Amino acid sequence: MGQIFPRNANLLAWLSLFAGLLLVAELVLILAVYFRSNYFRQINVAIEQPVAFSHQLHNGTLGIDCRYCHVSVNQSYFANIPATETCMTCHSQIKTYSAKIAPVVASYNTGQPILWNKVHRVPDFVYFNHSIHVNKGVGCSTCHGQVNEMAVVWQQQAMFMGWCLNCHRNPEQYLRPRDEVYNMEYVAPANQVALGRQLVAEYGIMPPEQLTNCWVCHR
Amino acid sequence: MSWTTGWPRVRGTWRILRTSKAIAAMTSTTPNPDLEAIRERLRSGGGQQFWRSLDELADTPAFRELVAREFPQGAAELNDPVSRRTFLKLVGASLALAGVTGCTYMPPEKLAPFDRQPLGRVPGIAQFFATALSLNGYATGVLVRSNEGRPTKIEGNPLHPASLGSTDLFAQAEILNLYDPDRSQTVLRQGAASSWDEFVATLGNSLTAQSATGGAGIRLLTTTVNSPTLADQIAQLLARFPQARWYQYEPINRDNVYEGAIQAFGQYVSTRYDFSKARVVLALDADFLAPGPGFVPYARAFADARRVTKASTEMNRLYVVEASPSTTGATADHRLPLKASAVGTFAAALAAQLGLGGGGAGLPEQAVAYLERVAEDLEAHRGASLVIAGDQQPPFVHALVHAINAELGNVGNTVIYTAPVEARPTNQTAELATLVSEINGGTVELLVMLGGNPAYTAPGDLRFAEALQRVPLSVHLSLFVDETSVLSTWHIPAVHSLESWSDARAFDGTASIVQPLIEPLYGGKSDHQVLAALLGQPDARPYDLVRSFWQASAAGNGAFEDFWQGALASGVISNTAAPVVTPTLQTQPPVAVALPVGELEIVFRPDPSVWDGAYSNNGWMMELPRPLTKLVWDNAVLMSIGTASRLLGLGFNLADLENPDSDARQVALERMTAANGTMVTIRYAGGTLELPLWLTPGHADDSMTVNLGFGRRNAGRVGDGIGVDVYPLRTSAAPWFGTGVEVLNANRKYLLVSTQDHWTMEGRDIYRVGAFEEFKLDPKSIAKEVYREEYGKDTPGPGTDGYLSLQPGVDYAGRNAWGMTINLNACIGCNGCLVACQAENNIPYVGKEQVSRGREMHWIRIDRYYAGDNLDNPATYLMPLTCMQCEQAPCEVVCPVIATVHDYEGLNNMVYNRCVGTKYCSNNCPYKVRRFNFLQYIDLNTPSIQLQRNPEVTVRNRGVMEKCTYCIQRISAARIEAKKTAVQNGEPSYTIADGAIVTACEAACPTQAIVFGDINDQASRVAKWKAEPHNYGVLNILNTFPRTSYLARVRNPNEELEAHGEAAG
Repeated sequence: MGQIFPRNANLLAWLSLFAGLLLVAELVLILAVYFRSNYFRQINVAIEQPVAFSHQLHNGTLGIDCRYCHVSVNQSYFANIPATETCMTCHSQIKTYSAKIAPVVASYNTGQPILWNKVHRVPDFVYFNHSIHVNKGVGCSTCHGQVNEMAVVWQQQAMFMGWCLNCHRNPEQYLRPRDEVYNMEYVAPANQVALGRQLVAEYGIMPPEQLTNCWVCHR
Repeated sequence: MSWTTGWPRVRGTWRILRTSKAIAAMTSTTPNPDLEAIRERLRSGGGQQFWRSLDELADTPAFRELVAREFPQGAAELNDPVSRRTFLKLVGASLALAGVTGCTYMPPEKLAPFDRQPLGRVPGIAQFFATALSLNGYATGVLVRSNEGRPTKIEGNPLHPASLGSTDLFAQAEILNLYDPDRSQTVLRQGAASSWDEFVATLGNSLTAQSATGGAGIRLLTTTVNSPTLADQIAQLLARFPQARWYQYEPINRDNVYEGAIQAFGQYVSTRYDFSKARVVLALDADFLAPGPGFVPYARAFADARRVTKASTEMNRLYVVEASPSTTGATADHRLPLKASAVGTFAAALAAQLGLGGGGAGLPEQAVAYLERVAEDLEAHRGASLVIAGDQQPPFVHALVHAINAELGNVGNTVIYTAPVEARPTNQTAELATLVSEINGGTVELLVMLGGNPAYTAPGDLRFAEALQRVPLSVHLSLFVDETSVLSTWHIPAVHSLESWSDARAFDGTASIVQPLIEPLYGGKSDHQVLAALLGQPDARPYDLVRSFWQASAAGNGAFEDFWQGALASGVISNTAAPVVTPTLQTQPPVAVALPVGELEIVFRPDPSVWDGAYSNNGWMMELPRPLTKLVWDNAVLMSIGTASRLLGLGFNLADLENPDSDARQVALERMTAANGTMVTIRYAGGTLELPLWLTPGHADDSMTVNLGFGRRNAGRVGDGIGVDVYPLRTSAAPWFGTGVEVLNANRKYLLVSTQDHWTMEGRDIYRVGAFEEFKLDPKSIAKEVYREEYGKDTPGPGTDGYLSLQPGVDYAGRNAWGMTINLNACIGCNGCLVACQAENNIPYVGKEQVSRGREMHWIRIDRYYAGDNLDNPATYLMPLTCMQCEQAPCEVVCPVIATVHDYEGLNNMVYNRCVGTKYCSNNCPYKVRRFNFLQYIDLNTPSIQLQRNPEVTVRNRGVMEKCTYCIQRISAARIEAKKTAVQNGEPSYTIADGAIVTACEAACPTQAIVFGDINDQASRVAKWKAEPHNYGVLNILNTFPRTSYLARVRNPNEELEAHGEAAG
């Protein structure tokens, strides 16, 4: 049998081999980028809720403190989603018959919980604890963003481990005074690093050798 | 003869191995001179010869393989029969893991808050509620942890007299019983689904018919009733139907105790012991260091009197006479194996020796010598000694023991008599027999059975199951559709103790309110509700019944709401203990008891893990290695080596074990080790059963033990068909032991799985034991023994006082350096820590087949060692072992993916999501404490089981290594709390108080043999223990700097008995 392809077709064969390898590498890369992308992880995507509750109105405009509803944020790992009763403390008097409040009133009357959509999620093998962070001067907005400006809440940080570690390695760059923790408008001062170092000493923030231990978050 | 390796050569039909662990002083050629040299050095170091099994003693090839490998051969290979379906599933899972681990896809989740937040509940923070759990009617006060409304873990209640903050293993296991998916969920009528209303209607018709005769056809069968409310309801029922009868039956009952009290005092009394005052204790077949009424306080007080420190001037001494080796026997300073049927003779002879008259004739020479020494010791400690008769010994032994204790002046000191605790003490076996005869006589028309499982647990000769089917209307309330339920006309699903209101009394009579932690998972009714239905109140709520009972009671008089809330909060109703009485001993004619000679006896004992069968469907308990045999998932007939070889013709001669010809000796040893699992036909009391044989060093000769609780037919998917049911052999006349049994070798083999050789540590002496007298002279004597073996001199390390390491160490000063110390003198090997660990840390069970491959997942293993050359009665030692948390951990340096690393506080962290499953760490662990998920062991599919999981601990999947974490979740929680308190008080550093962190094993331990804490805190309990002269680290010579250390066992032998070389225990 004679030679079917011309000699210079060898080059094509070689090229397609390399191209194939490249394709595989690219695919892996694309997948990795995709899975880590904000698009895949729904970062900066507002999550619709069964009740049109606006943090912008309640916290931003009316100035209700975070802890009025997220009552266990400084006591427990879980910040708490308020019971229907909490909503009704005001809404039994205000806008009680508004259509927007109807699901809340229904829940209050029937005892059935309102099923909220979870916005911030960490994997099951991560044991994040809100209380230790807010007690040690990590502000709400540091991780959650300007929730006081969100009519519908979205997740602002992808919450990768590297992002967590960044702060666990350099806490002085993010700490704020404890009485500023719930201040959503807080802006880091120009001397953040100096202030941060002072706060690290004052609040007894452990050295990175402890803060970056695996068992601090995983167990 | 030429040797190429250290492995055995095959010659003829059996394998002969020329190495020998010396049973007697033997010299033999050896394949590995270096190993022999090491052994020689070990021997010269003065250490005792420890062995874990007959295989180790015989040094069989199988055993050497176990030593050499981290996991047994095949454990690391997937050669399970794999179906195409499983294969695809596994491949799919691997692909999914490979693709998805990088991105951790998290499905959208919903959050469901309360509509009204319960008062005092902080979301995410566990709450504890005080309640009580009962075993055979006797309550233990517990605190149950509730995570978001799910009970997840049971801890002891420090305020409760039967708990003192700890529990037995059964209380720990109850949490899994609660969530058992096999629990009954519907009312059944003749096996078909029905409803409570239909049941009430049927019952109403029957009761109407019965009221004409005063209830002459009504029979109520309950388990031991210790609930004041239930007793009150039953009294009401009997008042309404005066001709009705109430019977109680449990297979593990106190008939003998009460009958003995009647013989001695002419009245029912309960006996309580005060071990804190007892210097010398003699247990006559009494397993008081095993679950039963008063177990925790007895074990605690007993261990407290043995917890020697360098300041100790005295410790108690325990003598145990028993047939079947028990953990009590293992704890004894001197143990005498004696047939159960000869214990009565021993008691009579002891009474005679103490001048009470009568006598026991025919005791073997060894027993007589033992008895004389014991009698002297008891006499020398009048008023501070204690003699206990086992519940399974016949009434006359109890009567004798009452007389002996009175003679020794112990009554009022170490022995306290109280009014009976049970609502109605009785002879339960006799009552069941009466019931059966009444049924057969046709007088029983309505039989209501509350709990229990008499169709399974009744003695075989009563033929209860047949009788039950003759009852026109029978009702059975139970958690499962069990053997009794399927034979009853009606089955009512019961609520679990954690699901309903009730009350219960402890061993000393103290009452507790039982409060529910969760709504009944599967509907279900409580025994109070069924009784209320019998009383015409089918809609009564248990809460109202219990509350109104206490409202009417004397204790609840006055400010009832305060009383009620106080009782619920503390878990104890104060001043309800049974009153102390001083019964007068009736003058007894002296009893002379001759020894039943030469006859073979059979002993029935509750299984240490599944008890009477109540825990047969509990995977944790099935897989829990039994304390002494280390068997899992099976029961066996336990026999001494001599008796088995004599009766069963196992092909070896006992004399050959002492044969100076090492070949003949080795042959005998090898055949002996091959005997385990031989099927034995047992003929007794008209019944025949086949059970596999387990050779048990230390078992009394001419005796055999079989364990109850196996061979269930209607237990559920875990317990069905596991083991052999021995209840049919039990007789109502002699439920605990009897003579006249025949055994035959059935010439078949059965695979018995025992973990005794798993995770073996190459003959290294890791258990340390010394005598109290030597310890008093030189408290460092045991530590010096370790140094001599490791370094050849009295101090550690080469030259200086301290170990030297080439690796730079880390200075942990100024940090919390967590450490643990286990007091081997207090450990009684009860397995409580093991079950607690399993519940706390989401540890799966793996099944018999997987255990046989050495794949069990328990983070704690309790090694059992035999010591010495006396196969008939070796000293037995138990040693719990977990991850040692080495400061220089060998596992860390070999991990290719840095999945196991050291943390700031010196702990060895295991990071599950980094682990790729190379198992290198495990191979490099000298303590063999790492466990690998070879398959997907943890159940991710059964919803009810998931409710049990501790949310603070990651659930591990297939392919991940795991090990003890020192309960890092509890450390983290305490650390976070301490840090928050400190920062709120404006302090820059935090302190964690000693005792703020209690590991699961430490919390459960009945004897407080485990302490955990900060070893840098000189005031902590653990630092104090570590400063004791008999503190030692396991394999310190490896410079691993283990954070877990041990306090050596200190025995308190009677020198005269020790000199005879007899019965060392």
